Amino acid sequence: MFTILANNWSTLLSGLGYTLMASLIALVGSLVIGTLFALMEISAHRWVAVIGRVYVEVVRNIPLLVITMAFYVIVPTYFVQIDGFTAGTIGLTIYTSAFIAETVRAGIESVAVGQMEGARSVGMTYTQAMVQIIFPQAIKIVIPPLGNQFINLVKNSSILAFVAGFDLMYQGKIIANTTFNTFDTYLAVGLLYLILTMPLSYFMRHLEKKWNVA
Amino acid sequence: MKKRLLPLMVAALCGMLLLVAGCGKSIADQDVLQHAKKTNTIVWGVKADTRLFGLMNTKSGQIEGFDIDMAKALTKEILGPKGKAQLVQVTSDTRVPMLKGGNIDAIIATMTITPDRQKVLNFSQPYFNAGQSLLVKKGSRIHSVKDLKKGDKVIGVQGSTSVDNIQKAAPQATVLQLSDYAQAFTALKSGQGLAVTTDNGILYGMSEQDHRFVVVGGTFTKEPYGIAINKGQTAMTKRVDQAINTLRRNGTYEKLINKWFGSVPGFDIKEVE
Repeated sequence: MFTILANNWSTLLSGLGYTLMASLIALVGSLVIGTLFALMEISAHRWVAVIGRVYVEVVRNIPLLVITMAFYVIVPTYFVQIDGFTAGTIGLTIYTSAFIAETVRAGIESVAVGQMEGARSVGMTYTQAMVQIIFPQAIKIVIPPLGNQFINLVKNSSILAFVAGFDLMYQGKIIANTTFNTFDTYLAVGLLYLILTMPLSYFMRHLEKKWNVA
Repeated sequence: MKKRLLPLMVAALCGMLLLVAGCGKSIADQDVLQHAKKTNTIVWGVKADTRLFGLMNTKSGQIEGFDIDMAKALTKEILGPKGKAQLVQVTSDTRVPMLKGGNIDAIIATMTITPDRQKVLNFSQPYFNAGQSLLVKKGSRIHSVKDLKKGDKVIGVQGSTSVDNIQKAAPQATVLQLSDYAQAFTALKSGQGLAVTTDNGILYGMSEQDHRFVVVGGTFTKEPYGIAINKGQTAMTKRVDQAINTLRRNGTYEKLINKWFGSVPGFDIKEVE
């Protein structure tokens, strides 16, 4: 394994860079889109809620590979030219956003209904009540499952390998195919994924503790 | 008594071993040409999964392709008009063991003549000059491997030698490696790269399926297909070579090439004959 790491250090490192970049973009993107759709799902307007519900149900029930291939093949054919990295990152963002929407929705709904009623009765608007009363309580509940989603997202970024997105898995596959040292290569790749996911895991734990005390 | 029996038993065992070894040898080592003439049949190992060369037609249940027609034409040439060509399906992994084991008389299955293979097999003269080439969209600015500039994307398949070859032939181009030929072709169609690269035989198959794409620039590696016959079968090898020459002379070869590759846009018979 160490020879694989030593001989292909720069290749693997560039792969790690692409994986990190795709993960960061998808993390921020899916958090924003996911939260928006969570709010739509719990909206009082019926049709808004329906749109939110349909989006979540459709996206989370389609395999990630299918969503990604759609962006890799269909979008460039009919709309605009995007490369494998972009297609993979968009696919990953869309796919993860559905799960984040469900997580956030569950968090918001777990805050007692009385909290919203109380806030509105003292004259707060819906938005004010959401931002100042509901969100701070919901986030504590949401952090642990959200951490799970983020870790899944980093690992799911290996989807980029299927669309030639130059990520860690793609480089690993190529090294395995050229050296035929499959076991050691994937061991090295696994170790590099750990380097990404372990700090993320600890960071989420840290947030969990910090916000529970406050 | 026992002591006397032991050498006898050893001798008997040796005898049996020799007999078995002798039998095994006789099947693969008998003169294939003589045997073929006696049975009026040549058993050919052919592919059934390669477009244009040997592909199972799911409607008729027959294997069809250039290799198949060549095998039939060669059989008629060698055994006379009543000679029968028996087709046995092989894959790249099974074809050599089957030939060595005497299951088939000859292999005509998109098999490249290489020095390594020549150590263990006899080869006929090349009957199809395959080689690595480029498949591009019609009207592309890429006309050969030399037109690939820095940053141009070429699509290959993971784990194939064609990826190494293109990196040597056009080191300035970026190679995208996808998992199989179907995906590579799909990626080319959706504009993810300027060209797909692999053996021209496979590329002709893609082009024949979708005429918007053409094979350009000839070949930049040499991978001549030959007919493989077991080592030591000199008579058969010579006879097959003669038969190929005859087919080339009497126009059958050109007729078969045109039958299978004639509809491929941009196909040039001079590149392969």
